[in-house]
Amino acid sequence: MSELRYTANTQLEQLHARYTGTGHADTTKYEWLTHQHRDTLAAIIGHPPLLGYVSIADGECQARERFELIEKMVQPCGKPPGKTDD
Amino acid sequence: MHLLNLTLQAPSNITSAVVGSFSGTKGQEILAVRGGTKLEILKLNTSTGQLDTICSTEAFGTVRNVVGFRLAGMTKDYILASSDSGRLSIIEFVVAPTPHFESLYQEVYGKSGSRRVVPGQYLAVDPKGRSCLVGASKLVYVLNRNSEGKLFPSSPLEAHRNHNLVTHIVGVDQGYDNPLYAALEMDYSESDEDPTGEAYENVQKYLTFYELDLGLNHVVRKWSEPTDRRANLLVQVPGGQNASSDRFDGPSGVLVCTEDHIIWKHMDVEAHRIPIPRRRNPLAQRGEKSRGLIIVAAVMHKIKGAFFFLLQSEDGDLYKVWIEHEGEDVRALKIKYFDTVPVANSLCILKSGYLFVASEFSDQNLYQFQALGDDDGEQEWSSTDYPDNGNIEGPLPYAFFNPRPLQNLLQVDTLSSLDPITDASVVNLLGPGSDTPQIYAACGRGPRSTFRTLKHGLDVSVLVSSPLPGVPTNVWTLKLTEEDEHDSYIVLSFPNGTLVLSIGATIEEVNDTGFLSSGPTLAVQQLGEAGLLQVHPYGLRHIRGADRVDEWPAPPGQTIVAATTNKRQVVIALSTAELVYFELDPEGSLSEYQDKKSLPGNATCLSIAEVPEGRRRTPFLAVGCDNQTVSVISLEPDSTLTTLSLQALTAPPSSICLAEIFDTSIDKNRATMFLNIGLANGVLLRTVVDPVDGSLSDTRLRFLGAKPPKLVRSTIHGQPSVMAFSSRTWLLYTYQDMLQTQPLIYDTLEYAWNLSAAMCPDGLIGISGNTLRIFTIPKLGEKLKQDVLPLSYTPRKFVSHPYNTVFYMIESDHRTYSPTAIDRIVREKEANGSRVDTSLLSLPPNEFGRPRAAAGHWASLLRVLDPLTNESIATFDLDEDEAAFSMTIAYFERGGGEPFLVVGTGVKTTLAPKSCQEGWLRVYAIKEQGRVLEFMHKTKTDDVPLCLAAFQGFLLAGVGKSLRLYEMGKKALLRKCENNSFPTGVATINVQGARIIVGDMQESTFYCVYRSVPTRQLLVFADDTQPRWLTCVTEVDYETIVCGDKFGNIFLNRLDSRTSETVDDDPTGATILHEKSFLMGAAHKTELLAHYNVGSIVTSITKIPLVAGGRDVLVYTTVSGSVGALIPFVSMDDVEFMSTLEMHMRSQNVSLVGRDHLAYRGYYVPVKGVIDGDLCENFNLLPYSKQQAIAADLDERSVGDVLKKLEQMRTSSAF
Repeated sequence: MSELRYTANTQLEQLHARYTGTGHADTTKYEWLTHQHRDTLAAIIGHPPLLGYVSIADGECQARERFELIEKMVQPCGKPPGKTDD
Repeated sequence: MHLLNLTLQAPSNITSAVVGSFSGTKGQEILAVRGGTKLEILKLNTSTGQLDTICSTEAFGTVRNVVGFRLAGMTKDYILASSDSGRLSIIEFVVAPTPHFESLYQEVYGKSGSRRVVPGQYLAVDPKGRSCLVGASKLVYVLNRNSEGKLFPSSPLEAHRNHNLVTHIVGVDQGYDNPLYAALEMDYSESDEDPTGEAYENVQKYLTFYELDLGLNHVVRKWSEPTDRRANLLVQVPGGQNASSDRFDGPSGVLVCTEDHIIWKHMDVEAHRIPIPRRRNPLAQRGEKSRGLIIVAAVMHKIKGAFFFLLQSEDGDLYKVWIEHEGEDVRALKIKYFDTVPVANSLCILKSGYLFVASEFSDQNLYQFQALGDDDGEQEWSSTDYPDNGNIEGPLPYAFFNPRPLQNLLQVDTLSSLDPITDASVVNLLGPGSDTPQIYAACGRGPRSTFRTLKHGLDVSVLVSSPLPGVPTNVWTLKLTEEDEHDSYIVLSFPNGTLVLSIGATIEEVNDTGFLSSGPTLAVQQLGEAGLLQVHPYGLRHIRGADRVDEWPAPPGQTIVAATTNKRQVVIALSTAELVYFELDPEGSLSEYQDKKSLPGNATCLSIAEVPEGRRRTPFLAVGCDNQTVSVISLEPDSTLTTLSLQALTAPPSSICLAEIFDTSIDKNRATMFLNIGLANGVLLRTVVDPVDGSLSDTRLRFLGAKPPKLVRSTIHGQPSVMAFSSRTWLLYTYQDMLQTQPLIYDTLEYAWNLSAAMCPDGLIGISGNTLRIFTIPKLGEKLKQDVLPLSYTPRKFVSHPYNTVFYMIESDHRTYSPTAIDRIVREKEANGSRVDTSLLSLPPNEFGRPRAAAGHWASLLRVLDPLTNESIATFDLDEDEAAFSMTIAYFERGGGEPFLVVGTGVKTTLAPKSCQEGWLRVYAIKEQGRVLEFMHKTKTDDVPLCLAAFQGFLLAGVGKSLRLYEMGKKALLRKCENNSFPTGVATINVQGARIIVGDMQESTFYCVYRSVPTRQLLVFADDTQPRWLTCVTEVDYETIVCGDKFGNIFLNRLDSRTSETVDDDPTGATILHEKSFLMGAAHKTELLAHYNVGSIVTSITKIPLVAGGRDVLVYTTVSGSVGALIPFVSMDDVEFMSTLEMHMRSQNVSLVGRDHLAYRGYYVPVKGVIDGDLCENFNLLPYSKQQAIAADLDERSVGDVLKKLEQMRTSSAF
């Protein structure tokens, strides 16, 4: 692990910037969970049968369901926790 | 265990549709993506007004988006598709020689799968076809042609920003200026950092324009401005200058559709804003905040230099929107109500004046424009009516309209569609009347829901059914001359006579036809130019005019046993095992060939094909003899009556038929001569006759029914076909260039013949017992015939009465007011003195929908229906906001052996967050053969009972995370014991003897047993190692289950038989209780036997044989409306053969979108033990050289052998 820190770091920052949601050593629980939820919501939208399934359960049309899921992706897990001192 | 997956009915749901000139010819086609996995070209048949499917191809991947585009100077549209393959595919639709898709280019840009960070969800193309943009992470490709005219994309230019959510992307029409794209974006980086939540409140949605500078070859973010936070859709507005007239086609820019408003916007120009007109909600209560209305689908249409938009709201209402402009300056944006159609995923306008509505669920409709909504008296709203063109702070005042029946559109065609199938059952309810089971499916959503009965076969529409004086054996129709358009005579042969009927205004008997009426007839034929021929057991009658009849008597003591004819040739078989051959000579009389041909046995049947166009004779005669052989005999002048080939059979042939039918898998260029042989044991043999030497090859077998089949050559929809009459009637015909064999869904027919009359140009006339039937086959190519019963709400589940043909169905709709709630609200409002306009409530809900309610409001009912007559017997409304979720038939100890119906309901259930006010278990007594239900009592539960099952005189209910056992009491059900150790929520319960299999919502299955000593206990003894989000579970055998999950997987799990035995032998359950848990779960684990990704969510699985005498298969239905089957292999040889073939097919890259097949079928878990039969069947479509190479690798077989094996794999177990 330690040698990786020196060799891989050069590209790591760029990769993190490019691939949203890639974790790192300091990922907080909130960040991880938010990414998970965003990925899940995106996967529902990206798989037509799943979107249809959710929209039947919810009693909404697919376009509305898709729209509301995208809106939900802004903050899927509520407010971020406040910064602590440590 | 090895299984073969076959699709029986392709998905019917259309996820997106685009219109374009894909074939490059003058007309337009619609490209539809079915179920997210299948590409299909639909074309309007102008003569019938129906949409025909021209071509349909499985993509073996999830298609996320498709657009059509056209390069400058071309007349043909190409298809651009983004999918979960991580590639951008350019696909061409090719018409000749047979319609098919060709993948032109696959540009790899990202990982596979429908992921958030991989672009592909949005696809926008420049209206001039110069470039395209793939979103959400924006990649822009320039589309070019190379020196050979082939299309290819440049390397991508990136215009991506992190922490952005994209709601929609569209290409902006700027004429030949640089390509411009508009996107709706939200930046969430600040709200992620702000614990106060203030930044979240202030998140803004930006309308951003990206320009591709073609000169500098880079993309710039040209302009960005905040727009309405609730914007959800962008629509392209025409723009750019017309090259010839310097006139502007339109103002360019985009329409931004937001909640309740439509905004026209372009860079640095003042916007125009109008409200979206809405229906008045008669049920709106004081203080209730109504939700905004969004636009769900839009289409722009240009017509004679002008243009308009049709936008559809989520209620299904269409609005016409148009822009008044001078050059590039917008004067006004206007909107008016147009019509109401089902809510669509895509709208397509055809230039010929049709609107195709690809509705998101259920049947898709085609409408013809009757008017464009000009001067129809509907109110218009214009942006100029509002201050500052509607650009004021806050919302514009509401605009209201009254929905009404269609005025501008006329429905002309419907594509019947099963999606979504929420529950299904495969069972044979017809008893001895049918040798195969039917599929009963609960389909659809909301007020458009239906209950459908699916029967395998072609639908028949009956025109006439009239009784006859006796039971005829044969029926024919005759034209009088060669040029006649329609038939003139119907000839019926009885055992003791012949009846001739003439077809005119009425059908009546005629006697002056020259036909011999005193005996039976073997064959009739219109011969030469104007002759008629009758073959009867004692000779031939050639009627050449009113007064001229040539007769050829059979030699004394001999009779004619079989005959076959065509326009120029006649062959008869005599009772002395001899053949006599006649041919029409130049004078138009029949001349006998000098020699008779003697046969090895008595002929039972003869057949010659039609005279090929431009030829004098057909070269082959086929003869079936009672010594169980069939021989092909030459009729060519230099080798007349010499035997060319001989085939031995397993049973005496009863009927034989030579016909030339097109089948692309055998010959891609011309029709193939098929020799069809019906055997006395009910089997149909189909053999290919070599056109040169008459040799027979490629024999296929098919069991048709209990009776020896009779075969007749006929013409269906102008195409040659063969009909076979056994206990069912079968039709062999060409559909989409492939030979199909399908039964007709009709009474047993003895015989039938083509009938062409003025009232029915493409009909058939048949005999069934002593009745004459005239019928047509309206639609070819449909494998399953559907009978439809409309329902009120979304069907959830249905169960069958244990022994009567009665189904009980529960239907419930979320966000809907129940009739009792509507009554109550109307009463309350009227009591308060407010006037209620109930006209909206009286509109038919299947066309206009129901008023929308907030989350937590439900409408639900319990229905009793008769699946055979397809009628609803009774319905029982549930209480206000009470919704039914589960039901079962249960027997109780104190029930006296009578079955009871138990329904699990929830009151004010909401899905997010998952909650409910209370749950109920309603018990109904079943009376009068199941047709009457009597409510007994209901029992309160703390959560919604999502599943119920009968178990040894008790009721098992899955309530939230607990499994409970109830006993029948006088006033309520009595809870006896429970196990609340299930992780997420009990979703399914299956009972097998003393064993209970519980399916959890997220954590797969648990095997439980019930122990009553020393105390009542429900004990879990085995579970699964993997998390599974189950939708349905069906038992395969005592140890094995098959499950479907929410991600489209289907898999089989098996419990170790030793564990199974030990548990069964343990009466107290003490061992199970004290066993050490393994992997934080039960002590024993199930083993994964097979796993496969179907591509759509499986909603029901049934184990049943599908063909007469076939083995059990697993039939599944999906939410996309497809039906499939998993067929177990019997021999390892077959497994080896099919898996090798599958391996070869995988390497052929048949996927149009470039998805790796193994990765697709193993989407979430690697595919195991299942072979994709659909992929293997694509072998049919490969070029011959590739087929040969693959066949050679499969144990040196021939191509024909492989095709035969493939067909046999399907027909032996499914259809």
